[in-house]
Amino acid sequence: MGLYFKYLSIHFRSQLQYRASFLLLSAGQFFIPFAVFGGLYFMFERFGGLPGWNFYEAALCFAVIHMSFSLSECFARGFDAFSSLVAGGDFDRLLVRPRSTVVQVLGSKFEFTRVGRLLQSLIVLVWALMNLPQVWTLPKMSLLLLMVVNGVLIFTGIFMLAATFCFWTIQAIEVANIFTDGGREMAQYPLNIYEKWVTRFFTFIIPFGCVSYLPLMYLLDKKEGSPLLWLTPMAGALFVLPCLLVWSFGVRHYRSTGS
Amino acid sequence: MNAYVSIWRLRFINGMQYRAAAAAGIATQLFFGFIFIMIFAAFYRFSDSAAPMSLHEVVTYVWLQQIFLSFIMLWFRDNEIFALITGGGIAYELCRPAELYPFWYSKLLAQRVSSAVLRCFPILAVVFVLPEPYRMGIPPSFGALLLFIASLLLGLLVIVAISMLIYISVFWTMSPTGSLLMVSVAGEFLAGAVVPVPLMPEWMQRITYALPFRWTTDFPFRVYSGHIPQHEALWGILIQLLWLAALIVIGRLLMKRALRNVVVQGG
Amino acid sequence: MGNIIRLNGISKSFKVAQRTAGLKQAVKALFVREHKIVEALKDISFDIEEGEIVGYIGPNGAGKSTTIKVMSGVLVPDEGTCSIMGFTPWKERTGYVGRIGVVFGQRSQLWWDVPVIDSFELLRDIYRIPPAEYRANLSLLTEMLALEDILGTPVRQLSLGQRMRCEIAASLLHSPKLLFLDEPTIGLDAVSKLAVRKFIKDINRERGVTVILTTHDMSDIEALADRILMIGKGTLLYDGSLHDLKGRFGAQRTVTADFRETRDPVEISGATLLQWSPLRAVYSFDMEQIVLADVISRLSASVELVDVTVEAKGIDEIIVQLYEEHGI
Repeated sequence: MGLYFKYLSIHFRSQLQYRASFLLLSAGQFFIPFAVFGGLYFMFERFGGLPGWNFYEAALCFAVIHMSFSLSECFARGFDAFSSLVAGGDFDRLLVRPRSTVVQVLGSKFEFTRVGRLLQSLIVLVWALMNLPQVWTLPKMSLLLLMVVNGVLIFTGIFMLAATFCFWTIQAIEVANIFTDGGREMAQYPLNIYEKWVTRFFTFIIPFGCVSYLPLMYLLDKKEGSPLLWLTPMAGALFVLPCLLVWSFGVRHYRSTGS
Repeated sequence: MNAYVSIWRLRFINGMQYRAAAAAGIATQLFFGFIFIMIFAAFYRFSDSAAPMSLHEVVTYVWLQQIFLSFIMLWFRDNEIFALITGGGIAYELCRPAELYPFWYSKLLAQRVSSAVLRCFPILAVVFVLPEPYRMGIPPSFGALLLFIASLLLGLLVIVAISMLIYISVFWTMSPTGSLLMVSVAGEFLAGAVVPVPLMPEWMQRITYALPFRWTTDFPFRVYSGHIPQHEALWGILIQLLWLAALIVIGRLLMKRALRNVVVQGG
Repeated sequence: MGNIIRLNGISKSFKVAQRTAGLKQAVKALFVREHKIVEALKDISFDIEEGEIVGYIGPNGAGKSTTIKVMSGVLVPDEGTCSIMGFTPWKERTGYVGRIGVVFGQRSQLWWDVPVIDSFELLRDIYRIPPAEYRANLSLLTEMLALEDILGTPVRQLSLGQRMRCEIAASLLHSPKLLFLDEPTIGLDAVSKLAVRKFIKDINRERGVTVILTTHDMSDIEALADRILMIGKGTLLYDGSLHDLKGRFGAQRTVTADFRETRDPVEISGATLLQWSPLRAVYSFDMEQIVLADVISRLSASVELVDVTVEAKGIDEIIVQLYEEHGI
C-alpha cells in the first residue's frame, strides 16, 4: 500500500539524521549473527559435520532464516516494538486516524540498522551457494526467493501475535522471544536434528519447516521435487492470516477495556 | 553504606513485582536450553570422538548458562543510567551524597540478582529431573560445589565491573546502544556463551584466555562440572580477584575523568 | 445549527489491579493479585450544538479523558448511546475519525526528526486529503498560526509554543468539523497561550469548527468557552454557561483589611471572619446579604484602618467550591 512506503520514507529520512549512530548500530547488527555464525563454524570444525548435512548445506539453512529474520525486523519492527507503543499511550493516536491499525503499526517503526544483519546473511548465502553448485538452476533459485519471503511473513505473524499479547499485559511479553529469537536460533539449523515434537511443531504450527527444511531438501537434491513442493513455502502466507484475525480481536479488547 | 543497601532493597522489590515476566522468562530459558542441547547433541551424534568435553558436561554447561543468565549476560540495559549520561541529568546525580561509582555498581548488581532469584529456582527444580541426555549433572564433590559458588559470585562482580566500563564509555561515545551492542556481542562470544571455550579451536582459546570475559561464564561453570580440577580452580579464583581489582580501579579512574569533563563543560 | 454531539447515559467501568508496597507484600503479590472496580463514567448525558466552544473541566481522574476517548471512538462504553455528526464513534471508527481533529497536549502526533512540513504531508496521505483542499488549508493555517518560518524545521528543534502551534495546525489539515483539544496550553508561555486562544476563537468563527476543550487553566476557559461541562468522580456536576456559574457565586467578596495593632478579633455580623492577626483580618461576605459600605464602617468602628482590599471570588475558587458542594 502506498501509505506504507510513505511511512518508510519518513522513517528513513529521520534515522539518517543520526549518521554516526546509524553506522555504529549497523556494524553491531552485522556482528551479532557473525558471532552466531562463528559458533556454527567452530562447531563444524570441531566435529566435522551434522548427521546428513555438511557445512555449506547448514550455512545455506542459516542464511535463509537470518535473511528472513533481518528483513522482518527491518520492515515489521512496528509490531515487534509494539509494547513501547502501547505503554506510551500512543496507540490511541493511531485509533484516531482513519486508517487500518495494521498499516499504521507497521508504519510506526522501521529499523534500517538491521541492514547490518541482512548484509551478513547475504554474504553467508553467497558463500554457501558458491560451494553448492546443485542449487544454480532457475526453478531452485526462485524457490529460494519464495522461502525467504514466506519466512518474513512467518516472523511478521509472530510479531503480530506478540503485539496482540501486549493488549492484555506487557509483562509476559518475553514469551514471544521463544518464537522469534528461539524460532530463529532453532531454524537456523536443519530441522531434522531435533527431537520429533520440535520438528513437528515448527513445521505445522509455526511453519518454519515449510520455508526452510522441506524446500531445502529439494534444493540440495536430497529429495525428489514435486509440484506440491512449490506450495509448501506458501505456508508463511497461510500462517499470517489467522494472526491478523487475532490482532483485530486484540484491538477490540483494548477498545473495551481502555489502557 | 545504608544508602547502597536501600537502593538494593528498592531494586529488589521492584524486580519481584514482575511475576508474569519472571514466568515468561523461565519458559523462555527452558526452551532455549532444550534447543541448544539438541543442537549440541546432534553434533555429538555425528562424531563424538576426541571431544575435549563430554556431552554430559556440555549439557550441564548449557543449563548453568540458562539458570544464571542474568549473572553472565552483558546485554542488560539500564535505561535510567543511559538517559542520565546522554541527557545531561548527570548533574543531579552528582548532587547526591553518595559516590557515583558504587551507587551505579549496587544498582546494576541488584538488578541482576533480583532477576536471577526470581527465575533460577523453578528452572533448577526442573533440570535435575529431566530424562537423559537433558539432565543437569551434579558437582563431583562438595569442594567443587563450594569453589563453584565462590567463582560464580566473583564472576558476577567481574561482569558488573565490565558493564560499568561499558556505561562509562557512553560518556565518550554518547551512543548507548552502540557501545553496549559491540561489547556484548564480542564479550559474550569470548566468554563461551555461544560455544564452550574447550570446543573452540586452539587459536581462539588462546584469545579468550587473555581476556576477562571467560572468567564470568566459562570458568565457574567448568568448576561446577569438575572439568576444571580443584587446584586449578583455586588459582582461577585468584585471577578473578586480580581482574576484579583491575577493572574496578580502571573504572573508577575513567569515571573520575569523565565526570570532570562533564563538570568542565557545564553538563 | 443543530446538535453535533448527543450523549445519552454513557457509563464505563474499569478493573484496576492493586499494587502493593514493602518486601512482604511484594512476595505475597507473586501469588495473589487483587482488583477493584473503578466507575469512570456514570450516566453521562449532554448535547452540544454545532459551532459551540465547550470547556470540559474537572479534577484529575474525574473522567475527562475517558469521555474524550469515548467521543473520539477510541473507547467502547459499557452502556449508553452517543451520536456525533450522525456516527456512533466506536462503531464506525474509520469513517468517523476522518472528520474529527484531536490534539493531546502532552503527546505529539508529529514525527520528531524531520521537518514539520514532512509530517504534514504524511498526514495528508493518511487522511487522503485532496491536494487542492490540502494546499488551501495549509496556507490558511500557516497564516493564522504564523508558521512560515518553522515549517522547514525538525520538530525536536522547536520550542514548546512553536510545537503546539504546529500540532494544532496538523489536527486541522483535513478540515474537521469537530476539534478535541486536551490540555493544549499546558506548559506554554504567556505569548503562545494568547496566540493559541486567539486562533481557536478565529477558527471557530470563520470555519464554524466545534471545539471541546479540556484544561486545568481557567483563564483558557474564561477566554474561550461560553459553556462549561464539569465532571467529578464520573458524574456530570454542572452543565451551563460560565456567566451563570459566576453569577451563582458572583456575589461573594473577600475583604482584606490592614490596621493598627488590635489584639482581640472583631466579629462582624453578616460576614465571616476567615483570618485574624493583630495587624490584618480577612472577611468574606455575600453582597446580597450585606453591603460593602456596612462591612467597612462596622470594622472601622472597632479598628483603625490602614488599608483595605476587596476581591471577587476567582473562577478557581468557584470551581473548588463546586467540588466541595458535590463532595469530591
